[in-house]
Amino acid sequence: MTLDRPTAIAATGLRKSYGEQTVLDGIDISVPEGTVFSLLGPNGAGKTTTVQILSTLIEADGGSVRVAGHDLATDADGIRGAIGVTGQFSAVDNLLTGEENLLLMADLNHLDRREGRRRTAELLERFDLVDAAKKTPALYSGGMRRKLDLAMTLVGDPKVIFLDEPTTGLDPRTRRIMWDAIRGLVAGGVTIFLTTQYLEEADELADRIALLDHGKIVAEGTSDELKRLIPGGHIRLQFTDPAELDQAARTFAGSTRDDAALALQVPSDGDVDSLRAVLDHLDVASIEVASLTVHTPDLDDVFLALTGRPAESAADADDTQQKETVR
Amino acid sequence: MSALALAARDSRTMLRRNMRRWARYPAMTVQLIALPVIMLLMFAFVFGETLGAGLGGAAGDRGDYIEYLVPGILLMTVAAAIQGTAISVAMDMHEGIIARFRTMAISRGAVLTGHVIGSFLQTLVGLAIVFGVALLIGFRPDANMAEWVAAVGLLCLFAIALTWLAVAMGLQAKSVETASNTPTLLVLLPFLGSGFVPTDSMPAGLRWFAEYQPFSPVIETLRGLLLGTEIGNNGVLALGWTAVIGVLGYFWALKLFRRPPVR
Repeated sequence: MTLDRPTAIAATGLRKSYGEQTVLDGIDISVPEGTVFSLLGPNGAGKTTTVQILSTLIEADGGSVRVAGHDLATDADGIRGAIGVTGQFSAVDNLLTGEENLLLMADLNHLDRREGRRRTAELLERFDLVDAAKKTPALYSGGMRRKLDLAMTLVGDPKVIFLDEPTTGLDPRTRRIMWDAIRGLVAGGVTIFLTTQYLEEADELADRIALLDHGKIVAEGTSDELKRLIPGGHIRLQFTDPAELDQAARTFAGSTRDDAALALQVPSDGDVDSLRAVLDHLDVASIEVASLTVHTPDLDDVFLALTGRPAESAADADDTQQKETVR
Repeated sequence: MSALALAARDSRTMLRRNMRRWARYPAMTVQLIALPVIMLLMFAFVFGETLGAGLGGAAGDRGDYIEYLVPGILLMTVAAAIQGTAISVAMDMHEGIIARFRTMAISRGAVLTGHVIGSFLQTLVGLAIVFGVALLIGFRPDANMAEWVAAVGLLCLFAIALTWLAVAMGLQAKSVETASNTPTLLVLLPFLGSGFVPTDSMPAGLRWFAEYQPFSPVIETLRGLLLGTEIGNNGVLALGWTAVIGVLGYFWALKLFRRPPVR
């Protein structure tokens, strides 16, 4: 579906090192217009560096980049005019009110005064910040700051938006609000480049996901494609009668039975063929099943399998948030 | 819009932003202007009589000392004001908003120009206040029109030059807390020059430094323009120092600003 769309972000062979340490070791990225691309990886994988390069903040050591039709090497200002960036660290002016922050963005986007005011009012409304408009961000909660931050990014109507860990440290409710805002943007044709350490977030939002580890993309695809890359899926059969469980356990070699729960786990990669095969076997053996659920591996399993360690724990994420609040 | 018009518009926006920030956080401005005023009053009324007597002239008194003191205090006003510049530049650099500015299609130098123009205006306000106080306590310059223009012009040029230096110092600072460390040394320079006492009363080594450091020629030139004392080659030295400081500060600041952000 997305194959014939023009490419909004194209990077080939991106490299970056700081002294001895290689942060990006030749990564390729291609994001079609109007889609969400998520770069997923643990802290230090190179996510922020990638965003900084693509958003013209720092220069790569090698590789080429085109964003919204502009070449990074020759027309960085063209890129700047087309993008918006909401970084991991809050990029609001703490001494200006929320409204003044938005008006500042309107001025810097060279909107005329009336258009700037209209846009500001609209964004305050949209992000539920009307009551906080006259207050400085020092009095905002973390979620409100993040919403103001995103609103400021949107003043210039960017075609491509980079979101660097936009929901790190946010409470679930604010995270949902951010997600809805992101979906709304995509519906309006905006391309989103999202980095996150939350597998759930990539799963929820992204059309395509790339797993970044030690400066290399170790896997890329849709959420489902990635999940299929690794084993660990199974079909769980629930019984009411222990005799049926016995019979099923004999039918499916390699299955694991749970006598207490009267359930049987049959290994499966979760696709339709394997499900049909299980159903056929049940039919042939006339086994009565109370219910059936298909378990596909989640991105956590994918992450563990591909990088050899679990994804960022919630505790780490809280840490990041605390650091940010202290700053 | 042409590139120049855009640069002007963005600089104006940044200037407005800086003015708002000061309005929201006036304590720093007040504090920075209060310092030279307090110094002026203290030296005039606490030390004035004694120092006036020591000036050399037979009938030196407080009035004579106030005349002698004001040019140095004016430069101290400039030096104090640019501490604020260094602090607000450092604050900017350590807030995420500067990264946002860098990813926007705005004139590259606008952030810095906004700071420089804003600080310069702030310095002018400070100078006007200090000068007003000086007049109130009996400072009576005898300059003609041309001398006034020259004195104000020199002060402005020197202020702009020091402001660029302060911008660079603010960019260089590792944290907001340390941003004012180096500029603070500048506030002391009038003491280690001809700001408070004539340099020929100092021991040889110090005297050599005091006569050639940048503030002394500017102070001597101002003194000459406002009060008719001998200027000699101090006028040339003052302009030379101003040019050197300004050009160095400007290019140092630009170099630091182009440096990619740390995180």
